[in-house]
Amino acid sequence: MTKKIPVTVSSKRLRREFVKKVKELSGQNLQLCYQCGMCTGNCPTAANMDVSPRRIIELARLGLEEDIASSRTVWICASCLACVVNCPRGFDLSKVMEAIRLLTLRKNIDHVKPEDIPPQDRCELPQIAMVSGLTKFTG
Amino acid sequence: MSLAYYPGCTLKTKARNLEEPAVASMEALGFKLDEVPRWNCCGAVYSLADDDLIHQVAPVRNLVRVKKAGETKLVTLCAFCLNTLKRANLLMKQDVDKRNTINSFIDEGLDYSGEVEVVHLLEVLRDDVGWDVISHMVKLPLRELRVAPYYGCTLLRPREVAIDSAEDPTILRDFLKALGARPIDFPESTRCCGSYEVISNPDDIPEYTRAILDSALNHGAEALVLTCPLCDYNLARGQKELVKKNSGFRRMPLIYFTQLLALALGLGPQVCHFELNHGSPESLLREKNLLSAVENVRPIGG
Amino acid sequence: MSAKQTKRKPATAARHRARKPAATAVKEEKKAPVREEKKIAAKLIPIYIMGKRYEIPEGLTIMKAMEYAGYILIRGCGCRGGTCGACGTVYRKPGDYKLQVALACQKTVEPDMYIAQIPFFPANRAAYEFAGLTAAPEEIFKLYPELFRCVACNSCTKACPQGIEVMDTISALKQGNITGAAQLSFDCIQCGLCTSRCFGELAQYHMFQLARRIYGARIVPRAEHLAGMVKAVNEGKYDRMLDQLKRIKEDELKRLYQEREVEPMGAGEDWKPKDTTYL
Repeated sequence: MTKKIPVTVSSKRLRREFVKKVKELSGQNLQLCYQCGMCTGNCPTAANMDVSPRRIIELARLGLEEDIASSRTVWICASCLACVVNCPRGFDLSKVMEAIRLLTLRKNIDHVKPEDIPPQDRCELPQIAMVSGLTKFTG
Repeated sequence: MSLAYYPGCTLKTKARNLEEPAVASMEALGFKLDEVPRWNCCGAVYSLADDDLIHQVAPVRNLVRVKKAGETKLVTLCAFCLNTLKRANLLMKQDVDKRNTINSFIDEGLDYSGEVEVVHLLEVLRDDVGWDVISHMVKLPLRELRVAPYYGCTLLRPREVAIDSAEDPTILRDFLKALGARPIDFPESTRCCGSYEVISNPDDIPEYTRAILDSALNHGAEALVLTCPLCDYNLARGQKELVKKNSGFRRMPLIYFTQLLALALGLGPQVCHFELNHGSPESLLREKNLLSAVENVRPIGG
Repeated sequence: MSAKQTKRKPATAARHRARKPAATAVKEEKKAPVREEKKIAAKLIPIYIMGKRYEIPEGLTIMKAMEYAGYILIRGCGCRGGTCGACGTVYRKPGDYKLQVALACQKTVEPDMYIAQIPFFPANRAAYEFAGLTAAPEEIFKLYPELFRCVACNSCTKACPQGIEVMDTISALKQGNITGAAQLSFDCIQCGLCTSRCFGELAQYHMFQLARRIYGARIVPRAEHLAGMVKAVNEGKYDRMLDQLKRIKEDELKRLYQEREVEPMGAGEDWKPKDTTYL
């Protein structure tokens, strides 16, 4: 169960640069989502998320950048696209997750440092893991 | 018959046990997997950002090289590569502006607009060879081995590049039946193994593993058949942790679909390189008497 | 290159003959013959160094052009022969968006060239104990995990003054092909221009050097005849001959050298010299 967050909604927040950038980078119409929760229900990593996938969309369109930034959600997302194939509105949540990750990574703030990957893992991991992990988590 | 083939970096080293049985099996079935000259890493994941073109360059460059070689179809084995190449291919087909930009950036002397068809080996087996033909070629039927087909994510999602239905895939079920195994369908067969989260949150992997393997076990599976080297790594690593924490956890043997194919065609265990498997399937296969080569395996028409 | 040309005009020679003094004539001042210099003015072309315009004689290399302009190079210059990699330079031509690269000691200046030097670009060089490394590609994955940040954009290849297929070499490393990477990067002079342009922030030349070291020390088979030769030397096979040689006088040595037998071009494997004492 995700934690309760007190939110303050204001029209100023709705017009924030953050909302514009998320829409631009993801190419998605955030208004499409009607908060049914199919995405959360199908997400294999949702149990570890403090803010559910469904809620991320809501926070994004309300311009609540700080609440998203303080959550683990986008960094636990494995881009498995279970949400995408199950969304009744054809909304691509994986692109919204990517957009939010990029807004941090493009500020040159990496989520993972290659040198922090244990040396043994660097030897044993299949190359697809190293390439995909570094692409998703470093800028 | 020759097929243009894209291996991907992993299959050349860590997942030689996915590639070599495939090459040998296809030869036995009358096909030569012809590696694309000068291929480079495809980038492993498709970039999901609308403005990101640099991450499309790697997969598109490979497709350009295939086109240059005069080929119209590209076969790949690695599930990650299939997804990335196929999605990039679709982008080049559908988005004119991005296509033009990418073409002008990639100085390969040839413009590309999606002329190559990207397919997975399973599709070739289903559509170009046929399950009946494969059944007929089986020299060592898999003795009703109860194998759960595990698809993972990248072969079935998103829908526009899926090789089968995202909800109710049957391709591995048909494949296993053709080899004489007993496919065990289970609800978590398309659930993600954790993918690249093994880099950032490795401690979460065992949880994802448990969800998948518990379900397979509860439905009566003896082994899991895989298509992706990262699934092999993650599930094996997750399993190891689960066994450590809970000695009651039953280990599930993990085996690649190409290894099962090679064994069933009678090509023997040598070409399978089981020493590279992370999920130790050998003892189960030995128990079932499936680790022997059968003489006189001839390709179709040969 | 501007040249000072020495030329004696015919008229000068005539004047010399004319000036020959008669036996009883006044003693003329003896002057040294005058050499007429014909200077050919070199064509000057404009180039831009670090944003400032200079007129440089055509035909100079970029490095000489900078020195002609008054720069004293204490960094970004080395062998002046195209092998040390110190003088990596980037430049553009007007009206052309393309970035060009060259080695300053090798490239001749072109009109309106706009240059900037990259003598040293910071690059991550892993610390390692070579003796402990095996021939496995995992050694490179371990020491340089950023290898996997490569997106195959090809900017490195475009930046290489040696014409190396840098992207293909990185690709070989990702595929675990150390031999391929070592062979493809043979001409690398470690100038670092690839690193300066890399999207993924890789230090390609450091990774290649490691690949070449592993290749040379662990993969390439040892020359058997070399081992045999070293053994023979250590066992003293040539000691007597060397002693003899040390005692020979200079003239005799010169004669021996001039009369030495040389293996003919295209001689087969079984050719032997007439004097086989030293074999």
